[in-house]
Amino acid sequence: MLHEDDLSALWITFQLASITTIILLLVGTPLAWWLARTHWRGKPIVEAVVALPLVLPPTVLGFYLLVALGPYGPVGALSIALGGKPLAFTFTGLVIGSVLYSLPFVVQPLQDAFTAIETHFLEAAATLRASPVDIFFSIIIPLARPGFLTATVLGFAHTVGEFGVVLMIGGNIPGRTQVLSIAIYDHVENLEYVQAHWLAGGLLILSFVMLVTGYTINKRFRVLNS
Amino acid sequence: MSIEVKFQLKQRNFSLIVEIVFQEKGITALFGPSGGGKTTLLRCIAGLEPSAQGYLRVGETIWQDDSKHIFVPPHKRSIGYIFQGAVLFPHLSVCGNLEFALKRANEQRISFDEAVEFTGISHLLERRTNKLSGGERQRVALARALLTSPEFLLMDEPLAALDRESKAQLMPYIEQLHETLSIAILYVTHSIEEVAHLAEYMVLLNNGRVQGNGKISEMLTSLELPLARSDNAVSIIKAMVVKHDKIYNLTCLRFDGGEILLPQEKCNIGKIVRVAVHARDVSLVWEPPKQSSILNVIPVVIKEVSVLNSAQVLVRLMAVNTFLLARITKKSAAVLDVVPGRQMYAQVKSVSLID
Repeated sequence: MLHEDDLSALWITFQLASITTIILLLVGTPLAWWLARTHWRGKPIVEAVVALPLVLPPTVLGFYLLVALGPYGPVGALSIALGGKPLAFTFTGLVIGSVLYSLPFVVQPLQDAFTAIETHFLEAAATLRASPVDIFFSIIIPLARPGFLTATVLGFAHTVGEFGVVLMIGGNIPGRTQVLSIAIYDHVENLEYVQAHWLAGGLLILSFVMLVTGYTINKRFRVLNS
Repeated sequence: MSIEVKFQLKQRNFSLIVEIVFQEKGITALFGPSGGGKTTLLRCIAGLEPSAQGYLRVGETIWQDDSKHIFVPPHKRSIGYIFQGAVLFPHLSVCGNLEFALKRANEQRISFDEAVEFTGISHLLERRTNKLSGGERQRVALARALLTSPEFLLMDEPLAALDRESKAQLMPYIEQLHETLSIAILYVTHSIEEVAHLAEYMVLLNNGRVQGNGKISEMLTSLELPLARSDNAVSIIKAMVVKHDKIYNLTCLRFDGGEILLPQEKCNIGKIVRVAVHARDVSLVWEPPKQSSILNVIPVVIKEVSVLNSAQVLVRLMAVNTFLLARITKKSAAVLDVVPGRQMYAQVKSVSLID
């Protein structure tokens, strides 16, 4: 039914999406918090940079990443200087590309959720002896839970669904950097419609189930909290 | 315990410059019109206005001294803060809200059960916070603040958003707070009724400046302050219930300055109550009248006389150690020769118990 290469593409896709989502939650949370609370004048510039992957053709992002991660680019050169290899056409390169590409899908829901938290809850917590770190875990995260869920689902699903960026910087190496979306493309190119159907249909159902689950949990949470 | 507060804060259309030292015995009311800076001052004390510069000492502890770069962050100040809208955490139940405070308390001067019993919320513990009435929310907020065992309780108009019934329900809890737990309380309000009911001391704040501060009876009757000059100017007598007259249905109160009779009230003999006497209900006579329908005649000394308007003067009286106000005509003042130092009698047409 599924070819060995298809299975490894599925596994690579799953790994890529999971690692990317975890990194994005770790990086995106402080960034979104800062964006939600800062009064700094340059904030729109940062917001625009975060949102760029929404409007740029993935090939543009992919092209610049390829240049940057390659042996003569700054990131690739740094990697070599540290005793590594250039990052183009590697799994690490894919992760870096995916993190940038999916950044707005994680940062924006989190920023919206953080903005919606009224300051007086944080102040009340402070007057009840909660330190800033304590407040973050005991008040901010629970109140922003729907935002975190949306960010996780969108970040994961969007990484699973990316094509242009991974094609440019991953190089479509089966077993190493070939992900599902590219495997489907290859099957169609080779007129292997049955295999393309299996993968495409599977991806469609998987994405749909993830989104429905996310929205259902969020709805229940909102009903409980209203 | 004394509390020293000095703050300066500049905002867009408002500046706060405040310097007060107050002895913290009983509830201190922070009183003044809306927009006068009451809430802002409370927030400065709690450390919630980081741009406020100044000095703050509570008892022996210095919480802020900007000249020495000392700023104790809000969560390390031993305060309880009751916000206007209660601000209960929506993701926690009533019980969860209380435990939030209890877990983080540095010391435990009041137990969970005591706080719950004191505020009368034991039947609400399992409820979600959005299923509470306004009065219930404030009681939960009060219990939550008490569970951090604060030295200093800051209350920002805790009764303002409540209807009459909930107000009457909550008032006794606040009254008892000081007596049972000996916590210093700073109470923000713009309601003179609440001040008359609860406060021992008062700080008058207007336009970001302190207009006066002192004992409530002195503040209410100070002729320099706007309170005494308002139409509803009132003075307060603290008195003890001594007997009930069953024949005429009167209650007799006694204070250092004499006795007061008022239509019978349901209160136990020995109880200390507060009585409001409006300036417009007080008249002055040389000798106690022999035939008069007015029951309450109190010997007083004239302390101060101030012109109120073209026809009236305001007179500050002293009955042993209680201040009273009388609003009389300029003509009467001239005819009766009402001058400071003179001994006279104050006829009080009506008095009412504050509750």
